[in-house]
Amino acid sequence: MATAALSTVQLAPGQAAWRRFRRHRLALAGAVIILVLVLGSAFGPYLLPFDDTYIDIMKRFAPPLSGAHILGTDELGRDVLARLMMGGRVSLSIGIVAMVIAMAVGIAVGAFAGFYGGVVGAVLMRLVDAVLCFPTIFLLLALAALTEPGLVTTTMLIAATAWMAVARVVEAQVRSLREREFAVAALAFGSSNLRIMFRELVPNAIAPIVVAATLNVAKAILLESYVSYLGYGIQPPAASWGNMLNNAQIYLTSAPWLAIAPGVAITLAVTSFNFLGDGLRDALDPRMSIP
Amino acid sequence: MARYVVNRLAQAIMLLVIVSGIGFAILHLAPGGPLSQFAASAQMTQEDLDRVTRQLGLDRPLPIQYLDWFGRMLKGDWGRSYRDGEAVLSVISSHLGATLELMATATIIAVLLGCWIGILGALRRYSLFDTLATVGAMIALSIPTFWFGLVTIYLFSVKLGWLPAGNRQTVGDGSFLDLLHHLIAPAMVLALVETAMWGRFMRSSMLEVINQDYIRTARAKGMPEWRILTVHALRNALLPMITVAGLQFPTLLGGALVAETVFTWPGMGRLFLDSIGYRDYPVVMGILMFSATMVLIGSLLADIFYAVVDPRIRVG
Repeated sequence: MATAALSTVQLAPGQAAWRRFRRHRLALAGAVIILVLVLGSAFGPYLLPFDDTYIDIMKRFAPPLSGAHILGTDELGRDVLARLMMGGRVSLSIGIVAMVIAMAVGIAVGAFAGFYGGVVGAVLMRLVDAVLCFPTIFLLLALAALTEPGLVTTTMLIAATAWMAVARVVEAQVRSLREREFAVAALAFGSSNLRIMFRELVPNAIAPIVVAATLNVAKAILLESYVSYLGYGIQPPAASWGNMLNNAQIYLTSAPWLAIAPGVAITLAVTSFNFLGDGLRDALDPRMSIP
Repeated sequence: MARYVVNRLAQAIMLLVIVSGIGFAILHLAPGGPLSQFAASAQMTQEDLDRVTRQLGLDRPLPIQYLDWFGRMLKGDWGRSYRDGEAVLSVISSHLGATLELMATATIIAVLLGCWIGILGALRRYSLFDTLATVGAMIALSIPTFWFGLVTIYLFSVKLGWLPAGNRQTVGDGSFLDLLHHLIAPAMVLALVETAMWGRFMRSSMLEVINQDYIRTARAKGMPEWRILTVHALRNALLPMITVAGLQFPTLLGGALVAETVFTWPGMGRLFLDSIGYRDYPVVMGILMFSATMVLIGSLLADIFYAVVDPRIRVG
């Protein structure tokens, strides 16, 4: 930090941010791991000789590295690696799509509440407070129990329980930015409220929004694994990292590898997104970072 | 002070009303609404359904139904379980003890361990210990609780045989040692995430305090370092942790649900999941409302307690 303050050469904001990000080795590692997981899930299944739902009852419970099954087979003789890759598609997509929806709703609610303030803002933010009173897993499971489980429902429900935190961040940002000169100037120019909100205020709050989005993916992947593990998320025969662990407890003594691979995949993905979020916070918004 | 408490109390009551509104809405979203239990039965005719609807007052306007429902909730009439007809509140309270036991144990472990790690990390900032603790905390926050539970069972129950793989006690036994033996693994699993959170908050709180002027003044006076740490730094750094305790509560409850499921612990979380499996909506709704109310009261108490120990809060 000291050298940066002393140097006379001014860096462009983007360049400075990239320098700070590069220094955060764990965030870089996280980005690489995410890339590997995404590419592996996207293209891996084409390279494997096994289909993720192909049942081979004669070869059930084959331990890892036995023959062609690198990660072994499960209780129905399905290839664990193939299921891990197909499960990765599901889990990572849910993480990203749920994040996008949660961000959209959270930004919209937060921007409206922060911009208009007053009764509208107070009502919206009290609603956010109220929903946050419900422990996420309880709310998610209760809603999942009322609906038909599946890919779309699970994604929507996770988004429904994740937007409040975003709304809080955006509301605080917009409320403070609203008073700044550029916002007042836009108002004097005769820009519409909507334009000021989404073209002036929200873009200026982009740093905390990007950080929240990254951390949100981590949270969504984790939540998917919880609901699917408990049986209310992605339903078999489709694989997800969460539902692969569904039966793992029963076979823990005889086939522990069934529990290891999906658990490591979830932990890797979530840790990577969390570190990436940490690195982005240091890079984009140095004031907010934990020392 | 009284004004602050009254203000905060009014806020909490307003929140409780909104929370109950959300709960009521979810109840009516259930397939078949509050009548789902009857609608599922093949012997029920449409006339029977209409009669039950009238009897239960479900033909009245929704706002009136809501007021009625909310009034009965306040009086402690939370409906009856579809499964055995037992009152919802007594079903919940019979499972509450096990959950509280688990949560309290995990919290004690997490507070002691987390604060110790956080303080040490702040005092030796950027040391090897601090780096390992920071990275470790991030990984701990990323591990799915249920998977950590599975790994714990595999290591300590299957491989080493040291700890039981679940349940609260051995059938026929129930001695203190037996209960403790069963408590270790689930409490450890639940404590992991909590320890990481407490450690992170404690570290940043301590870092903030040790750079304050009064610490420098104490040092300039020639006060011994241990006294600066315990009397001046620690006391001030621990204050914000009261808020953390309040903030952590929903996560703790959610974690308890997962830990209870993995370790077949007979608590509220496991009851919740079983009730979902049986489509026992009154119990599901009851636990949902009960946990939200607990969270509300928890954050209210944390705020009031914080205002008691830190007078600056009352003004703001």
